[in-house]
Amino acid sequence: MVKNVSVVEKIHSANDQLAAEIRQRLDSVSVFSINIMASPGAGKTSLIERTLQELTPLHEIAVIDGDVATSIDADRAAIAGATAVQINTGGQCHIDANMLRLAINELDLENFDLLLVENVGNLICPASFKLGTHKNILIASIPEGDDKPYKYPAMYQDVDALIINKIDLLPYVDFDMAYFKKGVQLLNPDLVTFPLSCRTGEGIQAWITWLTGLINNPKTA
Amino acid sequence: MHELAITEQIAKIAIKHGEKNKASQITDLYLVIGELSTVIDDSVQFYWDLITENTLCEGSKLHFKRIPAVFRCLDCSKEYHLVQGELTPCPHCKSSKMDILQGKEFHLDSINIL
Repeated sequence: MVKNVSVVEKIHSANDQLAAEIRQRLDSVSVFSINIMASPGAGKTSLIERTLQELTPLHEIAVIDGDVATSIDADRAAIAGATAVQINTGGQCHIDANMLRLAINELDLENFDLLLVENVGNLICPASFKLGTHKNILIASIPEGDDKPYKYPAMYQDVDALIINKIDLLPYVDFDMAYFKKGVQLLNPDLVTFPLSCRTGEGIQAWITWLTGLINNPKTA
Repeated sequence: MHELAITEQIAKIAIKHGEKNKASQITDLYLVIGELSTVIDDSVQFYWDLITENTLCEGSKLHFKRIPAVFRCLDCSKEYHLVQGELTPCPHCKSSKMDILQGKEFHLDSINIL
């Protein structure tokens, strides 16, 4: 005989549980962490390189790079002075908490004060998989177009800061900043926003100031 | 690949509850999916059949209960919905400040077992 059994369990509960454990682990060794999300080519790795350039003299930084394949991004982070771990997701379109947990195991976590996690380039899936990082950062870039908040609302809704990269290209592309910002305002009213260019360096300082203000216990002697 | 990760999670949860209730088979799963939650459509059944082979869930059917998004305007307190899938300012007073009342749900509500 068929019997109906009540379940009422969130589909992401296992991932959320692991994410909470990651957060505890990071907090226990005073590592501040951010999860950087964006579409492919928006400038995640470039932002990490810029950030490392500014902060490696002052902080001990680890980078975990998520990609479907290759270690190109982790190699770039290592060249820029960070301790880098590559996650190859084997086709998955996002990093989940379990993959991050395994990557963190490869680091001597207590030696660091800042962990930068570069998610897989994708504007849909990473929004659903919490990682336990302290802040979730989204990079939008000018050439992607001004309609992205409208098309990918889940991604814009749950982030803590928005970087608008490649502002040096504004004179060359049709990007209506007012329309873009109206969409962001609808989804995430008080979102802190950093318009910048990783290429020219314009606007980078405001981002760095915000980020360093969040690092609790610098570990560099 | 997003669907694959999600279907694996759904299977894990269903099997856990099936085993707890000493099921010999899980025949139906009732999922609740908000309009604003993760992208998932009926094509998931395809992945489902593949990944549940030789499990308690083999041959089971997924049922989706879709929950429409509902917003409440923080300025005029009126409720409104998505317009053709797109979020708009309040259609009554044009305010962009709102609360999401429903639409972010994503859970397994119940299962039928034998």
